[in-house]
Amino acid sequence: MLYHLGKYTLFLKKVFGRPDKHSVFLNQLIREMDSLGVNSLGIVLVISIFMGAVVTLQTAYNIEMPFIPKYTVGVAARDSILLEFSSTMVCLILAGKVGSNIASEIGTMRVTEQIDALDIMGINSAGFLVLPKVIAMIIITPLLVLISMGVGIFGGYLAGNLTGEVPAAEYIYGIQYAFRSFYITYSLIKSVVFAFIISSVSAYWGYYTFGGALEVGRSSTKAVVTSSIFILLFNLLLTQLLLA
Amino acid sequence: MIEVKDLSKAFDGKQILKDISTVFHKGKTNLIIGQSGSGKTVLLKSIVGLHQIDEGDVVYDGESFVSMNSNEKRKLRQDMGMLFQGSALFDSSTVEENVRFPLDMLTDWPLDERRDRANFCLERVNLKNVNHLFPSEISGGMQKRVAIARAIALNPKYLFCDEPNSGLDPKTAIVIDELIKELTQEFDMTTVINTHDMNSVMGIGDKIVFIRNGIKEWEGSKEDIFNAQNEALEDFIFASGIFREVREYHQKIKK
Repeated sequence: MLYHLGKYTLFLKKVFGRPDKHSVFLNQLIREMDSLGVNSLGIVLVISIFMGAVVTLQTAYNIEMPFIPKYTVGVAARDSILLEFSSTMVCLILAGKVGSNIASEIGTMRVTEQIDALDIMGINSAGFLVLPKVIAMIIITPLLVLISMGVGIFGGYLAGNLTGEVPAAEYIYGIQYAFRSFYITYSLIKSVVFAFIISSVSAYWGYYTFGGALEVGRSSTKAVVTSSIFILLFNLLLTQLLLA
Repeated sequence: MIEVKDLSKAFDGKQILKDISTVFHKGKTNLIIGQSGSGKTVLLKSIVGLHQIDEGDVVYDGESFVSMNSNEKRKLRQDMGMLFQGSALFDSSTVEENVRFPLDMLTDWPLDERRDRANFCLERVNLKNVNHLFPSEISGGMQKRVAIARAIALNPKYLFCDEPNSGLDPKTAIVIDELIKELTQEFDMTTVINTHDMNSVMGIGDKIVFIRNGIKEWEGSKEDIFNAQNEALEDFIFASGIFREVREYHQKIKK
């Protein structure tokens, strides 16, 4: 554990070295934002709409006391989505999708000597390959989380309305009631930290892959597992730091 | 010229290379030969700095690699070209982008000039009309040629080739060997090639270093091989019947 922590720290030092050429870095950044972020939009939309719908229905079915107003379903759904689901759940999904993609891409480059080819040219391979991915994820993940919040709340609206469990007016009143904008800030801060964890931890496992196809698969699994554990750990830490 | 001085390398306590010393001359094709697992690739990767050496030094035209700081090493690497065993082309880039890559990254030339240089290098390795293709769309032999074109794009002083013939048919292997030999003489490079292909040894071996179990067993030219008094080298070189016949023929002519 300590060995990997030390190696990861040294890896980050290499990653954050000065880019070899800024114009190339910008091109890479745009490509990574498209490949890692825009390509994840579909899954984020699907997960968010169903998540919002399920949270709303579960809350509605569990509030049976007649003196609790229906709009509290909207309040609960909103807070669940803003505080936890849109940041943590979406990032856990991204750890699976994007994390395995990063680890397998870089791992394959390692075992096919493409990383050695970069090193032999005098190019900082870690910086060239990983920095655009880390920055792209840090930029695009908060945007995905914001979209997820909107879509999740809309999913709740649809589910409540279509099943007749929560009338539209009550739900809309609920999602506006006692709204704290800091919840969005909190969620965005978490998403930035999670984006850094997903991209850097996955890249670390990919970069230090040695062997063949089997090891690339192993690195990919390690990337997803380690990123997910760190997301959960940092979720706890950040909640204590920001909400206590 | 590259001087290797008492180079040793171990992995996890296991000694892979021990006190290897040799000199690779400019304008010559220098071959490192040996059986699989003898330490050839580790030696080549230690020479180019992909593996950190434990003891000894590698001196590039009088400059000690071990004493260089990271900036000096980076600068030196821009004078190196390397052809990897599996070509190591970037899958997501076209042939032209692969060849242009070192120029894009390490020069400030305008795009037209970079394109011209990439096209010159591709033509020099006898490749035409493949610029827009991806590595997966061309044959293994063509991939090797693209990798050579990329390796010479920056006009390097030193060219390193790790098993350039692996996975190629004998005819294509000879074409690649001859191409490397021609380029070495044309650009006056110091070329170091890792191989266990005896056709390469007999065809282009200006200097041959034989490695066995991580130790330098023998060195000399391809002509010296026929008279070498080294049992391990004889076992390795003349393992094939055809090369035994060549040796007998060579010895007959001499008499």
